[in-house]
Amino acid sequence: MSAYFNPVIASITVRATLGRRRALLFAIPAAVLIALTLAVRATHPAGNSWAAQVLGDFGFSVLLPLLALIVGTGVLGAEIDDGSGIHLLATPVRRSSIVFTKFVVAAVLTMAFAAIPELIAGLLAPGSGKLAVALFAGALVGSVIYTAAFVMTSVLTTRAIAVGLLYVLVWEGLLSNTVGGARILSIAHYSLGVANAIYPDPDLRAGLTLSTSVILGAIVTAGALILASRRLSAFAIKGEPA
Amino acid sequence: MSVIELTNVSRWYGNVVAVNDITMSIGPGVTGLLGPNGAGKSTILHMIAGFLATSKGTLTVNGGPSWENPEIYRTLGLVPERDSVYAFLTGEQFVRATAKLHKLPDPDAATRRAIEITDMAAAQDRRISTYSKGMRQRIKVAAALVHDPEILLLDEPFNGMDPRQRLHMMDLLGKLGAEGRVILFSSHILEEVEKLSGTIQVMVAGRLAASGDFRAIRRLMTSRPHVFTVRSSDDRRLAAVLVGRPYTSAVEFTGRGSLQVRTSDFGAFCAQIAPLSRDNGIALRELLPTDESLESVFGYLVSNQANQGS
Repeated sequence: MSAYFNPVIASITVRATLGRRRALLFAIPAAVLIALTLAVRATHPAGNSWAAQVLGDFGFSVLLPLLALIVGTGVLGAEIDDGSGIHLLATPVRRSSIVFTKFVVAAVLTMAFAAIPELIAGLLAPGSGKLAVALFAGALVGSVIYTAAFVMTSVLTTRAIAVGLLYVLVWEGLLSNTVGGARILSIAHYSLGVANAIYPDPDLRAGLTLSTSVILGAIVTAGALILASRRLSAFAIKGEPA
Repeated sequence: MSVIELTNVSRWYGNVVAVNDITMSIGPGVTGLLGPNGAGKSTILHMIAGFLATSKGTLTVNGGPSWENPEIYRTLGLVPERDSVYAFLTGEQFVRATAKLHKLPDPDAATRRAIEITDMAAAQDRRISTYSKGMRQRIKVAAALVHDPEILLLDEPFNGMDPRQRLHMMDLLGKLGAEGRVILFSSHILEEVEKLSGTIQVMVAGRLAASGDFRAIRRLMTSRPHVFTVRSSDDRRLAAVLVGRPYTSAVEFTGRGSLQVRTSDFGAFCAQIAPLSRDNGIALRELLPTDESLESVFGYLVSNQANQGS
């Protein structure tokens, strides 16, 4: 692990990602989630089933993937696009080490700005604290897999945000809920599978079992990081034809 | 002994050929890669720096490939043309981070040395976002030099610099070259680099048009034909006088009340046109060098090279 994690790259990446008040911007969706939970709690004090819906639908389907998308495509993609990444690539640092470090930073930031708010919101919701823990665990898993996938996307294409949005909105939002087979490649369903295993709740509408979720999630994460490292090793400066 | 070897290297993008069958070897000292915009200079530099694959031919740096081989960066430093750096870092933080990425045994000493060489000590604690263009260029050079590389590649290092900064950069490159390093830079303005000595490679439209000693190429440059537009009180008389001079190769009446004079000797023409007019009682009203595109200048070098070869 330490052979792959580069602290110099990590600290520059954190400063680049959170600098210029962007940390505040990342905190807004989390604040919305917590505010929403408080509002619903005030109006529906008795009900228990809304917690899984609010936290599942908003927290898992909107907050987590979108934050992972912005952070995941930004940590490496932004500096490839603006050209500053050349200074990093013109050093003998292993390409796999660059990708892995960027991925770790993105995953940790996503956990901080999506998974932890999910835990706080879960604890604020009435009923079992076990639901909160389950959703937190699911969100942690989701943070890891989503950011690996989006770091890869940002190395493969300059339109990473558009590709990522299509995946989140069309594949996960639409197809995976209507076409059962699409769940196999849905990171949201991997996360729900983990959450549902800890605290089974039909309102979570989990479609995959725990073992399927974990195995597929691990394969997707490792595959995305390996592919991203390979692509970065053959990084070419975009040249205009003469 | 040469360090960078290109053998029949070509690079194309789809149907467009950016670099066409170039063979050259670059050894210690300063080498300028000159040519108009779009001649393929950056493409060559990117291929040498390992940021672009060749379409055809072989390219080696210290005997090995540079494409998909990050190990070359232990002995090679690159100063890219684009100005983008981690602008939120101070100059010193940027150079030190680069030193650490290279896993140098003493990053502090290496940082100090690189900042000193590039004369950036006074501004090292300011954020790069506050730097002028010339300072950014220098801090990029400092970062590229921090691991004391044998080879330094610079893409358009003089772009956007004022004359004083340019002079400073040329001095620095000259010094580094004299230490036995391989310094390769690109530029699209010949006059920009006249203070440097060394070798130059002239590229036009993806091909190597001329190569050789700086002075020889510069002589070719100054002896190339120049065209002037001249207005006077008596164009016909002036034309007759000019035709009798050895440095005049053609005179033409433009029909707009002016003369076009082509001269084969820029210096002699400029020195003599005024006294010549005065002695013949002609009042000189306007003397304008015709705007020559860089392409025509480099084109002249190409044809001249071809003539010498045949």
